Amino acid sequence: MRVLMVDDEVELVNALVERLGIRDIDAVGVTNGHDALEKIYEEPFDVVVCDVKMPGLGGLDVIKKVKEKWPDLAVILLTGHGSTRDAEEGVRAGAFRYLMKPINIETLVEVLREATEAGNGRGDGQIP
Amino acid sequence: MMNLRVDSPQAAVESSTLIPHGYYRRLRWISVSAVASVSVIPLIIMTVINYHQYEEAFRIEATRPVHRLTVSAKLSMESYLSERLSALQLVNRAASIEEMRDSAELAKWLTHIKRSFGGFVDLGLIDAAGKQVSYAGPHELIGRSYQDHDWFHEVSQRGVYVSDVFLGYRDSPHFVIAVIHDTSDGTLYVLRATIDTNAIVRRLASLAGPELNDAFLINREGILQTPSRLFGEVLGQLPFQVAENPEEPGILETKDPDGKPVLVGYAAVSNTPFEVAMINRSGVYHGDWLSLRRELVSFLIVSVLLILGMVFWGATYMINRARNADSRRATLYHKMEYTNKMAAIGRLAAGVAHEINNPLSIIHQNAGLVQDLLSVSGKEPPKEKLLSLIESVLSSVDRCSAITHRLLGFARHMDVETEEIDLELLIRGVLMFLEKEASYRNLRVDVTVDEKVPTIQSDRGQLQQVFLNIINNAFAAVEEGGSIAISVRKLNDQQVAVAITDNGMGIPEQNLAHIFEPFFTTKKGAGTGLGLSITYGIIQKLGGKIEVDSHEGKGTCFTVTLPLERKQS
Repeated sequence: MRVLMVDDEVELVNALVERLGIRDIDAVGVTNGHDALEKIYEEPFDVVVCDVKMPGLGGLDVIKKVKEKWPDLAVILLTGHGSTRDAEEGVRAGAFRYLMKPINIETLVEVLREATEAGNGRGDGQIP
Repeated sequence: MMNLRVDSPQAAVESSTLIPHGYYRRLRWISVSAVASVSVIPLIIMTVINYHQYEEAFRIEATRPVHRLTVSAKLSMESYLSERLSALQLVNRAASIEEMRDSAELAKWLTHIKRSFGGFVDLGLIDAAGKQVSYAGPHELIGRSYQDHDWFHEVSQRGVYVSDVFLGYRDSPHFVIAVIHDTSDGTLYVLRATIDTNAIVRRLASLAGPELNDAFLINREGILQTPSRLFGEVLGQLPFQVAENPEEPGILETKDPDGKPVLVGYAAVSNTPFEVAMINRSGVYHGDWLSLRRELVSFLIVSVLLILGMVFWGATYMINRARNADSRRATLYHKMEYTNKMAAIGRLAAGVAHEINNPLSIIHQNAGLVQDLLSVSGKEPPKEKLLSLIESVLSSVDRCSAITHRLLGFARHMDVETEEIDLELLIRGVLMFLEKEASYRNLRVDVTVDEKVPTIQSDRGQLQQVFLNIINNAFAAVEEGGSIAISVRKLNDQQVAVAITDNGMGIPEQNLAHIFEPFFTTKKGAGTGLGLSITYGIIQKLGGKIEVDSHEGKGTCFTVTLPLERKQS
């Protein structure tokens, strides 16, 4: 399972990537929406875990762009307590699920597995 | 671009929290003066009018009988003296000069006129040289010369004469009447009669009756011609002056020798040197009038005191009510300010929560990673790795701490206190709450500060609230990617100005006049409508002013002008 972790807090991204790695999940971290899209263009991922609130391209923008190109790629949104409305909007836009920060790593792993089973990764398996 | 300098009625309401010491005392005196003047002045005017009306009524009541009897006495004296002159003329015409030169014949005529008219004492004839030729009466006057007497010359010129009362040769008070007798050969004689003054005294006493206290005759010089009960004997001088030869009867108010008030009725007796004087003691009149006057004055004083007391009590009561209402309103206003501040902070809550959530998540995940490294991986983690994670945890705790401190510091400043404030630092502190939102919404926020801007003496908490309200509104007004410019500049030696300009939707012209009114809001369901109203009140309280320029679709600029030193209110 390959996971792209997107959050503007670099320390959070690093910790999550490492913790997922300990659990044999191949995770890559980026800290903004643009880098995330570039990364998805460059490499195949099974799931994208993306923060809702970020400078520049936010989680909602990322999910819309991802779903335009790869509608089967599962996206899990991370959100704080103050922005669940945005996360719900993200679910309506095609997100697999949203998780409230701070997230429990085991919960995240479980949701990642569910998302991997439900989704089809980047779909075409091709790098455009 | 529409410019509005707000001076709304609400401003007065909000500035009521600034009511200075002494305002209520001045308001009370204005109320007391106004109400007292419209109630006391008419009362005083009415009482003065009544006073004069009553006084005049009493005076007329007292003087009417004196006046009536004076007129009667005047007519009676004129009639009496006219009869005596007629009697003398009768003798003058009926008797020949030979008869009149004969004292015996003259005595017959005297007897005749005494019987027919009464009041005569003697009768005498004086020749042109002033010598008494014949005489009928109780004295020995034949041969006496009157050539040097004034009355003799006067009768020679006027033909008829009535004298003042005088002593004469007989050394007792009397007066005479005299007429000219002109013989056929042109020789002049004077026929003279002495009149009994006792008859006049009796007649005057009879006229005075029980109503009056005194009645007498005086001459033009105020010399008593008949005795007076109050003012002395014949030929005495009256102690007061009456009109000389008055055409109409008059009334004089004076005092008798005992100092008691008297009314003097006086009237000239025509064709004589006499005036009648009728005296009535006016003690009753004065007594009754003084009694009524005392009641009137007492009524006025009691009424005025009562009115003033009621007005003062009423004004004090109303002012106290107003003061209490103002005090309650001030308290309420203070609570509203606090509520508004909390609401403003509440609007920031989402951003703040997110801001705290991020370091919390870092702490959580780093702690979890340490746990993973120690338990899940099954091998000893490098010490540097652990230290790096702990360092990350600690710096995240510092971030959380900074956020909570900022929030608490913002909420704490509710009591009014003046301190030295750097406006740039204060505004940047406010902006820290909003920087995440600006970041997420790609808003450009520029702060430019004139180098010359000094620190100001003002209230930190109040200013934080003012700028948070205005900047929050600017954030709400702009679309994603919009811009907000904040400039701080020195206006003059007394003032600085902070302008907050956004390129948002602007305020419709019809709303511009109402934006500082309480409960006016266009954010249906999202705002209390108190933000700008309270902002206005606070700025006024701080001695500043707020102006707004807005153009719908282009943006809004709020300019807050603040004094460098806060005036103590």
